[in-house]
Amino acid sequence: MTETTSAPTAAPEATGPKPAHPALEFLRAFARNQSAIIGLILLALVLGTTFLGPVFYDVDPYSMVDMPFVAPGGEYAPLGTDYLGRDMLAGIIEGGRATLAVGAAAAVISVVIGILIGSLAGYFGGWIDAALMKVTEFFQILPTLLLAMVLVTIFGATLVTITLAIGAVSWPQVARLARAEFMKIRKLDYVQAARTAGARDAYLIFRVILPAALPPLVVAAGLAVGAAILFEAGMSFLGLGDPNTMSWGLIIGQNRNYLLDAWWTVTLPGVAIFITVLAISLVGDGINDALNPKLRRR
Amino acid sequence: MPPLVKRLASAIGLLVAVLVLNFLLIQMAPGDPVEVIVGEMGGASEELIARLRAEYGLDKPVIVQLGLYLSKVVTGDFGYSYYFNQPVLGLILQRLPATILLVVSSLMIAVVVGTLMGIYSARKPKGLLSHFVTIFSLVGYAAPVFWTGLMLLILFASVFPIFPVSGMQNVRGSETWIGAVLDVLHHLVLPSVTLASIYIATYSRLSRASMLDVLGSDYIRTARAKGLNERRVIFGHALRNGLIPVVTMVGLQFGQLFAGAVLVETVFNWPGLGRLAYESILRRDYPTILAILFFSAILVMVANILTDLAYGKIDPRIGGSRRKAPKPKGAAQ
Amino acid sequence: MDPVLEITDLKVGVDTGRQVHSVLDGVSLKLTPGKTLGVVGESGCGKSMTALSTMGLLPDRFAVSGGSIKLMGEDLLAAKPARMRELRGNAISMIFQEPMTALNPVLTVERQIAEVVELHQGKTGAEAREIALEMLRAVQIPSPEDRLAAYPHELSGGMRQRVMIAIALACRPKVIIADEPTTALDVTVQAQIFRLLRELQDQTETAIMLITHDLGAVAEMADEVAVLYAGKCVESGPVREILSNPSHPYTRGLMACTPRLRLGAAAASAAEEGLGEIPGMVPPLGRFPKACRFAPRCALADARCHAEAPPVVPTGPDHSALCWHTNKMEQVA
Repeated sequence: MTETTSAPTAAPEATGPKPAHPALEFLRAFARNQSAIIGLILLALVLGTTFLGPVFYDVDPYSMVDMPFVAPGGEYAPLGTDYLGRDMLAGIIEGGRATLAVGAAAAVISVVIGILIGSLAGYFGGWIDAALMKVTEFFQILPTLLLAMVLVTIFGATLVTITLAIGAVSWPQVARLARAEFMKIRKLDYVQAARTAGARDAYLIFRVILPAALPPLVVAAGLAVGAAILFEAGMSFLGLGDPNTMSWGLIIGQNRNYLLDAWWTVTLPGVAIFITVLAISLVGDGINDALNPKLRRR
Repeated sequence: MPPLVKRLASAIGLLVAVLVLNFLLIQMAPGDPVEVIVGEMGGASEELIARLRAEYGLDKPVIVQLGLYLSKVVTGDFGYSYYFNQPVLGLILQRLPATILLVVSSLMIAVVVGTLMGIYSARKPKGLLSHFVTIFSLVGYAAPVFWTGLMLLILFASVFPIFPVSGMQNVRGSETWIGAVLDVLHHLVLPSVTLASIYIATYSRLSRASMLDVLGSDYIRTARAKGLNERRVIFGHALRNGLIPVVTMVGLQFGQLFAGAVLVETVFNWPGLGRLAYESILRRDYPTILAILFFSAILVMVANILTDLAYGKIDPRIGGSRRKAPKPKGAAQ
Repeated sequence: MDPVLEITDLKVGVDTGRQVHSVLDGVSLKLTPGKTLGVVGESGCGKSMTALSTMGLLPDRFAVSGGSIKLMGEDLLAAKPARMRELRGNAISMIFQEPMTALNPVLTVERQIAEVVELHQGKTGAEAREIALEMLRAVQIPSPEDRLAAYPHELSGGMRQRVMIAIALACRPKVIIADEPTTALDVTVQAQIFRLLRELQDQTETAIMLITHDLGAVAEMADEVAVLYAGKCVESGPVREILSNPSHPYTRGLMACTPRLRLGAAAASAAEEGLGEIPGMVPPLGRFPKACRFAPRCALADARCHAEAPPVVPTGPDHSALCWHTNKMEQVA
């Protein structure tokens, strides 16, 4: 983009009330953001249902409770039953745990790999940067879903391999972001000062630059959770998830052939995925906006 | 080195890397490839096993095996699919056109619709449609693409049966050439709209941000000072600048688009590479899966080179090689 | 001679959402054919807002709340948007401050000039190209044939500003508003651009409104001067009158800041004090003092200045100032 240079304004230094503590300022900005609050409420709802759900709704998600394909509102199953006559509500509560756990763990893996590669590339520059960016480009070019599918097929479909596979292919975006932040921050005066004072590379990377680069990376990490949930759902839908663990994608995949007779079996777990990812992205956007007051005013 | 040659060299390097990765994946797979193949065939004679082992050069050192693998690929030999019972290359070339058709049409829908939505909401951020655009882009991002497909499938299979929900052609086929084309396009509607839905969200957000940026720039004020009307300001002056980040994103996301195609093709039974990938993974048909990985990487490379060219066309500051710029003469200053 | 552009008692406000702040408060200016009016003041005084009001290009949330702007008798404030578009770039055109960003980076020089004549004069193709070429010659760009196909990034800053001038002049406008046209350029280039503008003005009888913070530029270019401070016109008159006999303390202050222009008493006292400067800054919008707006920064200010708005005091032929102390000027640095 072209840089728009505005005429220097002669407004005096802000003489208004002293700016509050940054954290407080951030919370205030976040709380003013309606959609971020909605996201937070939805997220609480999802987490509450998945982790506290079994306490209030004690039905075995793996056993038959009624005839197959009973519509929602039935006598035994409030959200209906699936093709094996299992309770949909219990299945969604149970499936959320695996989906959320895989999503969060895979996101952590991808963020750690991404920050490691991005920070080294951005900090050192030169041939290290060029080489690491080639690797990143390589992973961006491959259709990640396909690669993860191959990995899972080779190593067997368990929650652990799925998590590792998703984490191992999803880091390039975080790496690019971390690299950009590091390149920007390493040029700042205080980093140069620390370097001149004789700080070692590892200290500069992890103790000086990383903390400053963290806010946008936190947002990216949040969004990575959403992306990993979608990723896991896609794999489970294709039948590449752990066949022994209920997850939202798996429920959709298993009931897919009957969707014209029992729409709720594929619709409801999808709604759960949708609400979860939506909540995460609303909260993520809210944090992002609160961190960038300039964008907020637009 | 001209940029295009440099780009091609780097692309070839990356493709070799994909092949090496493929090879390593075969090595990592439990059992050697012959055992897997034999397992999938449901057993084979000792004689066949011995022949296959020799064919794969499994008695030789790993590095020689790699060389062998690469030289085979160069001659177009991607192995034999025992599940589909034909050479992998032929299998892939059969399925490739359907995937290209799906991916390219989805991309076009996503770019055109997404950009128009982005322009609109940048122009009228408070308008009713802008709120709709915001909501739509959130939905497009958060809904799993296979689920969107299933929902459309339910809707158009039972409620409004106006679009076919499975396959690429009518079973009966069509008499005329034009009829066949229309038939394919008719089948294409739901899969391409589904696949586009994710990217419409991305592009509308992106083009909204970039158009807001561009519309605030000095040269747009200049355009208005010339007396141009809004339509010419937007489409004549702002759009090309606003499109630059969108083009970048198209190149970056092409691999993900292909990943989406795997899911969408599976939902709508679209006979492309994506569904082939799904089928061959279920059957553990490794030669086919790995060849698909390789060919999808080629697709992404080609798409990247094309976006680079488009980029140079849109932004003269990048192209560079188009024409030697006359150096401004110092005396004239 | 009759004025070609007459701004009378112009009032502009900005709506901050909570309240409306005054940006311009009763500014009156006159432009005569073939003459240049210098509009002077520090940043934030309302110079650019005066220009943008005249062009009908005020940014969002800014609005004219009173007064009139007449171009050859036609009230621009009452003109419909379509009529304004006919006039912009045609009868009245503008040169912007930043040649680096005011030209569209993705369009050729030819396109950006030809566009105006296509729009306003109905010229097309070869004819428009011929006019674009003619304009490049008129602004003395060397080897103009080659520059037609150039993009802005291939030109130097001075060259780009010449292209801006070519665009502004393409339709032979009655009035050109030049908003700090040379601020972003080297001093030597500045002089060339001013010489060019004067030459072109001699040929075309165009009236120029030169907006600048630099009294040196005014001395070089202008016939008449209007000094703006905090949204008010504090002094106006012929350039020689004002430079030799400034009647407002703010004008005095500005002159003291311009080394080449220290005359008479100002020069003597500036020499004693070293570099001249006006204490404090232009008050931000919404914090303009109620009485004399310059009083807080004025060495002559007394109780009356802080209590009562000063009147317009004639201080010579066609020369007036908005001050209680026009007779005490010698006491100001």
